[in-house]
Amino acid sequence: MRKEIEQLNKIFDSRLRIGIMSALVVNESMNFNELKALIDATDGNLATHLKTLEDNGFIKVQKGFIGRKTNTLYAITKAGEKAFRSHLDALEKIIKNLG
Amino acid sequence: MIIDTNENKPQDTLKDIRNIMERSTRFLSLSGWSGIWAGLVALGGCIISFALLQNYYQRYDLRGTFNTDDYLNLRNNLFYLGISVFVIALAGAYLFTLRKVKKQGLNVWNTASKRFLANLLIPIFAGGWMIISFLYFGDWQYVAPSCLVFYGLGLINASKFTLDDIRYLGFIEVALGGICLFFPALGLYFWSLGFGILHIIYGIVMWRKYDKNEKN
Repeated sequence: MRKEIEQLNKIFDSRLRIGIMSALVVNESMNFNELKALIDATDGNLATHLKTLEDNGFIKVQKGFIGRKTNTLYAITKAGEKAFRSHLDALEKIIKNLG
Repeated sequence: MIIDTNENKPQDTLKDIRNIMERSTRFLSLSGWSGIWAGLVALGGCIISFALLQNYYQRYDLRGTFNTDDYLNLRNNLFYLGISVFVIALAGAYLFTLRKVKKQGLNVWNTASKRFLANLLIPIFAGGWMIISFLYFGDWQYVAPSCLVFYGLGLINASKFTLDDIRYLGFIEVALGGICLFFPALGLYFWSLGFGILHIIYGIVMWRKYDKNEKN
């Protein structure tokens, strides 16, 4: 049990970050507003968590434009997907041990 | 709203994850009323078509000869009727779904709904283009079955991004179109069945399954 809890990634402690990763793991890329609507977070809060994930190399950010408006796209990296999947595996193991 | 704490149970976290994955890839807010509306409009359109055809043949019998103007008139009327039915059915279906989305406090335009719509419309527009060519060359007998087949393919294609149930409606529409190909004279009956009756049945089933228990 202890071993599994240690396998949980500290970065995914936050539900917001979990939310971002869940959305990006099944979508090729999403922009800021789409993520905001899906996760229902404030701009500042979402931006902070996106930055943390980016700094850890779990997501990549691509700045683009739609007309003159900035359109920032977020996508999951290989490392991010791997980390997220092992986090899910650890969660599953914990649940199995509980039941 | 996601509340950020570190004391979440792993079960809740997994539930969150599944919920977000589903919501971000599938458009699940289609209203049963949309189906019922589309079906009623289609049935109305079929009844008007039957009337137009009946009147045309009555005039034909009275005259005893073929009249090009009268024929072209009928053809135009049926064409505009078809377009109107399509637009009115789609607009109403959109409004009923919009109402449901608003009630759920969600946004109607997101990645999932755009994907759903794109996947639905690609086969429909491809089919529509083919049907325009059939009309152009006067191959009337293929119009009704093609409508059913391409609409069904659109539904099957879009079902990956919405409620699974739509897939079965798609299969039935394709099958109906396939049968209709061999009964060209009954095209309008197949149309009434595929676009009218089936939509109404589907709408009622969906309403009972998903909408009925939702708080208003």
